[in-house]
Amino acid sequence: MDKALIPEGVKRCPFPVFVLWLLFLFAVIAWGVWAGVSVLWKGLNLTGLNNYFGFGLYITVDLGVIALGAGAFFSGFLFYGISRFFPALKEIKKIINLAVVVGFVCYTGALLVLLLEIGQPLRGWFGYWHPNVHSMLTEVIFCITCYAIVLTIEYVPIILENRKLDAIRPVHIFGHSLHEIMALFALTGTFLSFFHQGSLGGVAGVLFARPFCYRTGFFIWPWTFFLFVISAIASGPAFTALICRTIEKFGRKQLVDRSVYELIAKIEGSILAIYIVLKIADTLYWAMVTAPEMGFKLTDFYREPYGMWLLFAEIVVCGVVPAAVLLSPKGRASNTLMFGAFFLDCAGIVINRFVMTVQALAVPVMPFDHWEVYVPTVYEWAPSIAMLAYGALIISLSYRYLPLFPRERELNPT
Amino acid sequence: MSGHEEHKGGVRYGMVIDLDKCTGCMACAIACHQENNVSFRTDETDKTRNIAWMRFYLLENGKDYPEYSFAYLPRPCFHCDAPHHAPCTFVCPVNATQRDERTGIVNMIYPRCIGCRYCMVACPYHARSFNWWDPKWPSPMEEMLNPEVSTRMRGVIEKCTFCHHRLNRARDKARIAGEDPDKVEYTPACVEACPTGAIVFGNLLDPESEVAKLAKSSRAFTISAKLETYPKVYYLSSKPWVRKLADKGL
Ligand code: SF4
Ligand code: SF4
Repeated sequence: MDKALIPEGVKRCPFPVFVLWLLFLFAVIAWGVWAGVSVLWKGLNLTGLNNYFGFGLYITVDLGVIALGAGAFFSGFLFYGISRFFPALKEIKKIINLAVVVGFVCYTGALLVLLLEIGQPLRGWFGYWHPNVHSMLTEVIFCITCYAIVLTIEYVPIILENRKLDAIRPVHIFGHSLHEIMALFALTGTFLSFFHQGSLGGVAGVLFARPFCYRTGFFIWPWTFFLFVISAIASGPAFTALICRTIEKFGRKQLVDRSVYELIAKIEGSILAIYIVLKIADTLYWAMVTAPEMGFKLTDFYREPYGMWLLFAEIVVCGVVPAAVLLSPKGRASNTLMFGAFFLDCAGIVINRFVMTVQALAVPVMPFDHWEVYVPTVYEWAPSIAMLAYGALIISLSYRYLPLFPRERELNPT
Repeated sequence: MSGHEEHKGGVRYGMVIDLDKCTGCMACAIACHQENNVSFRTDETDKTRNIAWMRFYLLENGKDYPEYSFAYLPRPCFHCDAPHHAPCTFVCPVNATQRDERTGIVNMIYPRCIGCRYCMVACPYHARSFNWWDPKWPSPMEEMLNPEVSTRMRGVIEKCTFCHHRLNRARDKARIAGEDPDKVEYTPACVEACPTGAIVFGNLLDPESEVAKLAKSSRAFTISAKLETYPKVYYLSSKPWVRKLADKGL
């Protein structure tokens, strides 16, 4: 049965090895489910959150994976949206299925973790029923739900390409028809994703009484709105490329042409460079104008363990350095440098999301208040790690049973 | 006085707390807990997770004896009057916390709150507490709960309401007596309990009210005024270091 499901002409690891891998992933997921159910049952008192840290690891992980999942919408935009004007972008097709699967796991995983995050999960639907149009969170709730649906729709035709399913004629026709209209969904996804990546940035930026977070902006959107969008597209495809490389390493074979990685490196390098310039400008304006107007100086915001090293790591080590590597032909020519830069790029975006979520709340606003430190508990780590295992599970199953990489057969003749 | 210029009514309830008079006895906090059915745990070691509508801060001037000086600062919700929205009401995704523009009171609709804690994150004064546990009262305390105030469930936010139920009671009385319910005066529990009369409450828009006069005193200040949240709770102190400590400045 397993063999019959594997796409024709490609090699996969022996079934028992795959089962062992799945068992390991299921064990991690079970650990996370146990922790998640405990939180739902006993309450958020099991976590390390408190009245200072209303947001913590759950939100950091959510923001992080949603940014890294942006590969799906941005690759869709590059391929379906503008590749007819820039034919070089047609290369993206070779990796776009993986980008959709990665996007799907990131978004559905984030939604699952979000369910734990709210104190009254059964009331989650109130977000649609009593929406506050001024709240950035309302925009997030609407856009993430819609986009998760779009990603599911984008994932379905990939599933239907499975050998056994494709052999059923009505399924084949349905899958084929879906493929035809995929451009429409990809572009809808681009629009939705643009807004919610932005509104996630807006969640912090609109907090006008929190000097660490607050940013001025354009019309109703604070600058963080735009910075979150750009940083997401500067890291999403890099994350997809890293996952692809990981599968290649595990499977000991080539799945996409190196030119695809190089194209992603060029695109990501350019966007990351633009992002870092804007981020530095934003940081300078914030440190020299916005925060002082609220009575704060830059050094008020940084104290151990959330010291200046975080700012340096985010902007220089994980921003300027990878942008420089990805923009240089020499950097792109070396696998170690290129994938190292992809990794730093992704790490920088996660640091940014952590800083805007956790460090932001450590900083006391009232002059006589305390600096607080947040330590997540196992009830936060377990569901977060389980979410990664869930991602690995879906990607493993998709890789084994679906023709994710159109060039795999040619690159690995048997 | 207020960042909010277009009030729907002529009423803006506010409070003035005189730190020169406050002895730190915390009678206001106790009265508040009792009046508003604020739950507590038998082990309250973790002060970052307990529920306090009126929290106390100890302010110190940082000097050694004999120049050492201190003051207590009781902190309710400031019912911020920033234009359009208070920091917290602006962000609530489900409108579970709103500012009543007829009174200026920032309220909470507990059965609507989804417990996302975004409002808690938005409030710079830590005036909001989350219900981390199911509320429980040791027997026979449950029989002492105030029937006018709903208890809260686990997973929702709560905060000072300026004893909103007392306002409702006063409005009902006025209606029965054929008077204008929008002109009523009432007293929150903390004000009633303070033995030194350090807390004054009333309509900030009424220039004849004591609260409005005190809010204009040379001793008056608000906390972190630079944030432009426009608190409707003012403090009074004759000590310059206390007034200075209230606001960060470069
Ligand atoms: S003090 Fe905090 S909770 Fe009260 S109105 Fe202001 S921001 Fe909202
Ligand atoms: S915790 Fe409740 S009141 Fe606060 S923002 Fe969320 S839903 Fe609104």
